[in-house]
This record gives sequence, structure tokens and C-alpha cells, in this order.
Amino acid sequence: MSALAAYWRSTVGKKMVMAVTGLILFAYVLVHMLGNLQLFAGDGGKAINEYAAFLHSTRAAPLLWGARIVLLACITLHVWAAIALTIQAWGARPVGYAKRKYREADYYARTMIWSGPIIGAFVVYHVLHLTLGMGGAPFEELNAYGNVIRGFSIPCVAIFYIIAVLMLMAHFRHGLWSWFQTIGWSHPAHDGARRCVANVLTAIVVIGDLSFPIAVLLKLVTIPGGAA
Amino acid sequence: MKLTLHIWRQKARADKGGFVRYPLADVTEHMSFLEMLDVLNEELVVKGEEPVHFEHDCREGICGCCGAVVNGQAHGPQKGTTLCQLHMRHFHDNDEIWIEPFRSKAFPILKDLIVDRGAFDRVIQAGGFIAVRTGSAPDANGITVSKEASDLAMDAAECIGCGACVASCPNGSASLFVSAKLSQLGLLPQGQPERLKRALAMIRKAEEEGFGYCSNYGECEAVCPKRISIHHIARANCDYHKASFTVWQGTGGKAAR
Repeated sequence: MSALAAYWRSTVGKKMVMAVTGLILFAYVLVHMLGNLQLFAGDGGKAINEYAAFLHSTRAAPLLWGARIVLLACITLHVWAAIALTIQAWGARPVGYAKRKYREADYYARTMIWSGPIIGAFVVYHVLHLTLGMGGAPFEELNAYGNVIRGFSIPCVAIFYIIAVLMLMAHFRHGLWSWFQTIGWSHPAHDGARRCVANVLTAIVVIGDLSFPIAVLLKLVTIPGGAA
Repeated sequence: MKLTLHIWRQKARADKGGFVRYPLADVTEHMSFLEMLDVLNEELVVKGEEPVHFEHDCREGICGCCGAVVNGQAHGPQKGTTLCQLHMRHFHDNDEIWIEPFRSKAFPILKDLIVDRGAFDRVIQAGGFIAVRTGSAPDANGITVSKEASDLAMDAAECIGCGACVASCPNGSASLFVSAKLSQLGLLPQGQPERLKRALAMIRKAEEEGFGYCSNYGECEAVCPKRISIHHIARANCDYHKASFTVWQGTGGKAAR
């Protein structure tokens, strides 16, 4: 058996795959959030719509499709490894405890396997809503600014988005810290900083992402000359 | 003080088992947890009932024999303590105490609170050794070891193999045990020749025995009676990554063509 196949078969190898793909997915979410901050440019959507037009232009097609392929591959591997590891872990304790008291394993860490699928379901809806225009909300090709504002003006769309971002917070909070441990990056001198780095990165993404629906619901960003 | 105990009773490996309720009076706060169980067992013997089977040996917290999950925590509520060193002053009059065996697919229950931890022995057999020169005794201090490496290796060597890490892990992972044994040898010069091979062999053996994977919950570290740190798990992961992609692994010594 090749070294790579043996590595994938082992739990440590699968965790490494989850760590690497998870970091790529996190990096995407961060960049995606930063790009969308152009919603607040205060120019009636000129900047963000030009950004959207650029991403969908022929010139940026290799970038767009490259990113889509890499992300899809990462999601596939991340989910595959997660399911395989979870099945193995459930099998490791066939009879559970009558009483259970956790000292260290926090709620975020123990619900990774549930926050994951909720985020996954949201991503499907998110793509249907803002990429394909099939989310049951008004949609206009390449009018990112208008689509976001009209979409988030529908309360249930905004609430689903907010719930998904809170799940993302739970997932990143443990996942980013876990990343250091899985790749083997541990030293007494900077072990404390690992939690800090994970929490700060999570906070940046969550605050940024939550700002979009909240700003729309509070009518801080509006479509110029048109009812939202 | 008076207590109500709910103890897992299971006649044999194949038996289904279940909780049995035992009211117990005349427990003093100076008793250890195991002495409290001794008192219960004396009562049961007098009544002609089967005593509760539990494992114990040194009762000093250094042998690794004892252990049960008490009110949902391996070795009970006190940190850094084995069950035998837990004293009844940590409980109150009229407390209800639930006592369960360590639960893991890899630790089959033999009877009541006694589990078969042979899986740990087989993990050690897979790689927990070093090659040494036999013959005359080596010179003392012939091999130099840094103070830091020596301290860390000794911290890891504190592991008594009790199995509380497995019992407490939501995934039933033995990563803390395996990594402690890997660090104990892998941090010292004597353990270097087999370091990577050992990481591969012991981690794979643990998976084969049915232990779960590590989710970095940190629950094992929190219940470990010897307070072994999960930074050993990070080191073990690192060694495993390196070992998996080191060319000479699995070539049986043959040079690459």
C-alpha cells in the first residue's frame, strides 16, 4: 500500500486532511467577507457590483473556476473525512454513560459534527440565493448590491443567514484552535497564543459577516431611489 | 454520612448488566472511595450477596489499576487524583453517587467495574521499546540529555496507563496514553533510532484496537490523574506526519531505486 493511502486510512492522516482543507475553506470565507465589505462603500453599490462584474468577466474566469474547483474538492474531502472519523468514534464506545460531566470538552467542540451540516445546508442555499438566483428572493444578474439588500430584507432569509454565521463561529472557534494541535504545532511558549489567534480570527469573520444582514435590516444600506 | 450508590453490575463480558441501588450508612469522610466500596462489600458478603468487583492494587495512586467513572467523571470529581486517592470528604451527606466502569469498545467489561485494558499492553508491544546494547553496564552519564528534554520525558513517563483518558474522551480515543508513551521514549536520545517507526506502529495499533480519533477536546488532560498534557498529542501527530512520508519507512532497509 502506498504511503499516501495508508496515511489517509489512519485517523491522524484524516485529521490532517481536515485541517488543511478546513484552513483553505476558512481562508475563503475570510476573503469572501473582506470583498463583501464593499457593500458599505456608500456609493449605491457601484464598487461591489464592479467587483462582481470583474469576478464574472472572462479575464477572471480562471480565478473564479479555479477557486470553485478547489473549494468543491476541499468541501468533499472535509466532509468525507468528518463522516469517516465520526462513524469510527461512535463505534469506539458502543455503550454510553448514564451520567456525563465534561470538564474541558466545551459545547462548541462537541457539536462540530452538527454545526458542520448546518453550515453545509446554508452554503447550498447561499449559492442558490446569491449565485444562481433560485433562493425565492428577488434576483438580478450581476447586481450583487441589490440582491443582497432585497434578500436580507426578507426576515427569514436574514435569520437563516445569522444562524449559519453563528454556527460558523462555533465551528471556527474550535476548528482553528484544533488546527494547531492536529498539525503538531505546540510549544509551551506559544500554546496560550493558539487559543487567542483562533478566537481573534473567528471574531473578525463573524463580526464582518453579521454586519451585512444587520445593516440591511436596520436600513443602514439601502438601494438609492428605490424601496428595498 | 449516608449515601445512595448506583453501581453498574455485570456478571460477565456477555452479560447485559445494569445499575443496582445500594443505600450505605456509616461512611466517614476520612475513607477513601475504595474503602467506602470495601465497607459496602463487607455488608454484601454478610448478607450473602455477591460483592462489587473493582480493580485496585497499590491504593497510593501510582499503579494505575483502579478507576471508575463517578458521577460522570473518570476517577471522580477531584482533579489530578486516582480513584483510590479520592476521599469521601469530597462528597456530602445524602449524596447519590453513580459508579460506572470505563466505557470503550477496546476495554471490554470483565465484571462489574473491572475492564480488560489489555489493548494498552498490545499498543506498547507494537512499539514501546528501545534497542539497547547488551553486555556490560554502560558508563553512567555516557549519553548526555538536556534538562528540558529530560523533564518533558519524565512528565510523559508519569502516565500510569489507567485508561481515564479513553474513558473520558467523547470519541473514546487513546491519544493521550499513546502520545505519552511516544514522548517518554521519543524525547530521549536512547529513543531516537525507532522514533518515527514507533509513532506509526503504536498509533496504528491503537486504531486497530478500536480506539477513536482525537478531536482535541482536551477532556483527557482534564481528568488525567497524572495531568499529562495534550501537547504530547501534538508531538505524536507531528512524528506521525513525518513518519508517513519518510522514504525509508516500510522499505525494509532496501535503498530506493
